[in-house]
Amino acid sequence: MSIPMAALIGVLFAAGTYLMMHRTMTRIILGFAVLANAVNLLIITAGGPPGSPPVLGEDGVLADPVPQALVLTAIVIGFGIQAFLLALAWRNWTLDGNDEVEDDIADRRLAERAGLEETPEEAVEDVATEVDAGVQRRGDEQPQDEERR
Amino acid sequence: MDQLVPLTFAIPLLGAALSLIAVRRQRVQRVLNLTCLTATLGLAVALLVHVERGDQAAVAQVGAWPTDIGITYVLDRLSGLLLVIAFTTMLLVLVFAVGEKGRDEHSPYYHPAYLVLAAGIGAAFCAGDLFHLFVAFEILLMASYVLLTLHGQPGQVRSGTTYVIINSVESLVLLAAVGLVYAATGTLSLADLPDALAALDPGVRTGLQVLLLIAFGLKAAVFPLFFWLPDAYPTAPSPVTAVFAGLLTKVGVYCMIRTQTLLFPDQHRTLLLIVAGLTMIIGVLGAIAQTDMKRILSFHIVSQIGYMVMGLGIGGPAAVAATVFFLLHQIPIKTSLFMVEGVVESTEGTGALDRLSGLARRSGWLALLFALPALSLAGLPPFSGFVGKLGLITAGVDRGQYVLVVLALVGSLLTLVSMAKIWLGAFWGAPAVPGAAAAAAPVGLLRHRRTMGGATGMLVAVGLVLAIAAGPIYSYCERTADDLTTPGRYAAQVEADR
Repeated sequence: MSIPMAALIGVLFAAGTYLMMHRTMTRIILGFAVLANAVNLLIITAGGPPGSPPVLGEDGVLADPVPQALVLTAIVIGFGIQAFLLALAWRNWTLDGNDEVEDDIADRRLAERAGLEETPEEAVEDVATEVDAGVQRRGDEQPQDEERR
Repeated sequence: MDQLVPLTFAIPLLGAALSLIAVRRQRVQRVLNLTCLTATLGLAVALLVHVERGDQAAVAQVGAWPTDIGITYVLDRLSGLLLVIAFTTMLLVLVFAVGEKGRDEHSPYYHPAYLVLAAGIGAAFCAGDLFHLFVAFEILLMASYVLLTLHGQPGQVRSGTTYVIINSVESLVLLAAVGLVYAATGTLSLADLPDALAALDPGVRTGLQVLLLIAFGLKAAVFPLFFWLPDAYPTAPSPVTAVFAGLLTKVGVYCMIRTQTLLFPDQHRTLLLIVAGLTMIIGVLGAIAQTDMKRILSFHIVSQIGYMVMGLGIGGPAAVAATVFFLLHQIPIKTSLFMVEGVVESTEGTGALDRLSGLARRSGWLALLFALPALSLAGLPPFSGFVGKLGLITAGVDRGQYVLVVLALVGSLLTLVSMAKIWLGAFWGAPAVPGAAAAAAPVGLLRHRRTMGGATGMLVAVGLVLAIAAGPIYSYCERTADDLTTPGRYAAQVEADR
């Protein structure tokens, strides 16, 4: 594995992980795309040093074609998941007016019971999103929750 | 006969395609789905009998390429057994879903997605190399994403988002592990890997093992990686939750059994033991804290996974046999509990314990259908859960793992407590208040939902059969464990067919 390639994979992994730590769907989707590509490059490098053609080589020098076939499949699967994530983000946006990934309801209740409504950072974010989405968002969620149980 | 192995997932995939064509014809879709699953179940039984008679795994080389570059599908004792129980469960859950009036009518894509899920599960059990295991995982995950968010309601989208993201990350970890395994050994075939891995530096082996364990552990929901499950599962419609609870995490456990026994025999068992102990106890404590039937049962999935990992951690044929039996019994038991919950929810409109009461008086049959698998889950004799746990505990005592044995016993006791909580909250006492006149009359809950009740009853019966026929089934599990723990036997069986 050449050093620039290794460095590139490392940077992509780091960037992808960083993006996926965020709470907004768009960043998570971008992060997923970057991570998926990092993994694909990792598999390609598993096939040995670059430069040789995969199937018909001159002087009988061949690159290993198996990782390339694997990556082809992995790319298709990655695209499929990204498309699904985009659809999910769209649905989330039509329902909530934002693309934030929300907390588990039970977690929220536990936090409330423990007396700490929210951690300070989250409170700031929540205020911001609630201003954006209109304050009735919380109100909408209650009846839905009631209906479910 | 061997060449029929790929049909175990080709039939459902074909059915899914036809079902997509018949998108406007609900009845055609139902018949198609039932036919496909029945045919696949029949095939799985035939293959299982074939494998058991010949004492030789059924191996299909797609396109007759050699194992190291072609695609291999292997059906040995373990995969055959799990295929049969998985398709039985899926078939009965499908009957249940059709019986839950209107559930599959909401969306024309329920049936295709369900068949794709079946195909993914079939392919995962039969995959003969790591990359195809990854592909099978993706197929079943994709179908599960669709099933979970099919109705697009806010709660489902909220929890579905977490589920989809966590599982996508899991796939990437698995894919990275596959890439690194290939980089280190130059092969991905499960038959060739044991030798190739044995030649590696111990540090590299440990790294690969931990990566694979993280990937499969996330799927199986073991201790530090289970947080997504109790949030995601309860929001789905009951038949979907039932099939997820019964099968999806168990596919993760299957992969852990396969990779641990085959690729990394006896390596890092202490890690597995710690994970197992924590999974058992924290899962069941989570269950006790909940007040909703579905959420209690969801936490139990986590807890029970701990027992299977415990068997793997203890190691040796006896413990692995107990693990296989435990895995086998969990699939119908867990699914039938969620089906009972589905009946309750569809008639009462809720699964919250503080709003339910006195169901036992209104339908004795439903109470019975809940009580039998619940007792089995808690591991009381003479049910199948007892047989599995007894095997695990005996193996643990033999190997001197006393701490874990104590944890397992405490976990069982707490399981019983939380089952009693559901029983006291939902089934015992006077009938609930809403519509006092209607509630006072002894209405059979099952009479309204005859098909659902029937399907649940049959699955509970499957669980009872496991208890009644525990002798022969357990000896089959011992033969399976013998296959799994004998180094080189898997490779020899695949090679023999080459």
